[in-house]
Amino acid sequence: MLELNNIEVIYSDVILVLKGLSLAVKEGQIVALLGSNGAGKSTTLKAISGLLKPENGAVTDGEIRFLGQPIHKKDAASIVRTGIFQVMEGRRVFEHLTIDENLRAGAYTQKHAVLHKDLEMVYDYFPRLRERHAQKAGFLSGGEQQMLAIGRALMAQPKLIMLDEPSLGLAPLLVEEIFRIIKRINKEHGTTILLVEQNARLALDAADHAYIMENGRIVLDGDPADLKDNADVREFYLGLNEVGHRKSYREVKHYKRRKRWLS
Amino acid sequence: MEKFIQLTLSGVANGAIFSLVALGFVLIYKSSDVINFAQGELLMIGAYLTYMTVQQFGLFWPIGVVVAVILAAVVGALIESLVLRPLIGEPAISVIMVTIGLSSLLRGIVGAIWGVTPLPAPQFLPRDPVKILGASVGLDKLLAIGLALLLFGLLTLFFRRSNEGIAMRAVADDQQAALSMGISIKRIWAVAWAIAAVTAAVGGILLMSIFGGVSGTIGRVGLLVFPVVILGGLDSIPGAIIGGLIIGLLQAFAGGYLPPELGLGEVVPYVVLILILLVRPYGLFGQTRIERV
Repeated sequence: MLELNNIEVIYSDVILVLKGLSLAVKEGQIVALLGSNGAGKSTTLKAISGLLKPENGAVTDGEIRFLGQPIHKKDAASIVRTGIFQVMEGRRVFEHLTIDENLRAGAYTQKHAVLHKDLEMVYDYFPRLRERHAQKAGFLSGGEQQMLAIGRALMAQPKLIMLDEPSLGLAPLLVEEIFRIIKRINKEHGTTILLVEQNARLALDAADHAYIMENGRIVLDGDPADLKDNADVREFYLGLNEVGHRKSYREVKHYKRRKRWLS
Repeated sequence: MEKFIQLTLSGVANGAIFSLVALGFVLIYKSSDVINFAQGELLMIGAYLTYMTVQQFGLFWPIGVVVAVILAAVVGALIESLVLRPLIGEPAISVIMVTIGLSSLLRGIVGAIWGVTPLPAPQFLPRDPVKILGASVGLDKLLAIGLALLLFGLLTLFFRRSNEGIAMRAVADDQQAALSMGISIKRIWAVAWAIAAVTAAVGGILLMSIFGGVSGTIGRVGLLVFPVVILGGLDSIPGAIIGGLIIGLLQAFAGGYLPPELGLGEVVPYVVLILILLVRPYGLFGQTRIERV
């Protein structure tokens, strides 16, 4: 459904962030993209959704195809119309708009006729939002804002939703609730999901396929169950050593050495 | 008492016109962070376009006014796409300088087409005085108040109900997030400029009718936009409306009650502006950041 072939992204004409990245997302799957800070996960999503331009970044090499069509030359507005919707990191709800209005803004590309039905659908997924539908979004809690951000994505009827760190800054219980809903949306709606996460354990549990990024490249990919057994992943992303115990800080040097080798 | 009512009504009428012009200014500032120094010139263009359609082309005046307003909207959108769009990403100060230059350019163009001598306004609003509570007020002033109210109502509906209006407020809140939902920011800016040109044009038409003539100096009303919007808060639409009314009333009362040889009518709005800014630096209704604790 979505293919990235040898993508190169450069910010401000000098900073090379993605160095020949390739990945593929199959229809109906939840695909996780893992990696440490600064690996280029968010940049990858922005390259797909066309949101690099306001940050002075550009795809300088390679191509991105969605449903067989190249999309890396299109602008953000027309990419949304092809069916890709990015939920940006940090929720980014419109604080001074009510929940209703936020959702309607999400439906900007949709026809007016389906608006009411879609609103009901979102409120069924997130009953908490229905209770507060006339309230300004800026006054919602972090978890509710994340729900609103996901609901806003649903309003656009996308074929692919890209979620950038939905667990950021949320309490563990809320994170679990959000992930349950993400899985439900994937199953009931058939919406394909590309998930960027730092919380590797949660992401690997939810995903059908996972990629691991370092320094602007994919270094590992495969079935999440296999990845969970991979010694390097266990060590660097799940924080466990070979025997399954928590790592001790004494081995940090070792961590650094292995990590350099991995990238 | 009669004098009070008369001053109040003419203050409200002038204030309503200031509000209309300020509204466009706030709209542009909210959606694109551009401080538009050419707002007064948009008003002037609206007035001259009406002069053209009604006086020169001889259209029946309601049709002439509608045509002029539509033309003004087109001019606004054109200014956005030709002048402002290439400036995306440039520092705010450059954009401000460009709008100042734009105001001179527009005045020059209008002067080249219609000359610099004052022209008689087409007389379409009946100017017969009406008695209200013993005070006599020109009918055109009452019409100015009514028309401004109507326009405010329509715009409120537009911002609360229509997709485009909600998208515009979304852009004002968070541009990048709005972009991520497929909202075309360029289009929103063009719409903002078109609406700003329309409200300014309506203000210009009303002013022309009240003055009974039109000349290049009509654009000077644009200067009063600054006390109005800074008073109401740069990013607040209700603020622009109420700020306009306050300035209009202050001007009328200061001109009517204080000794005329002091000429305080022109100064008092700015004095009050300074006083209010001392207490509320972001204006009466300026948006304060929502902070969750």
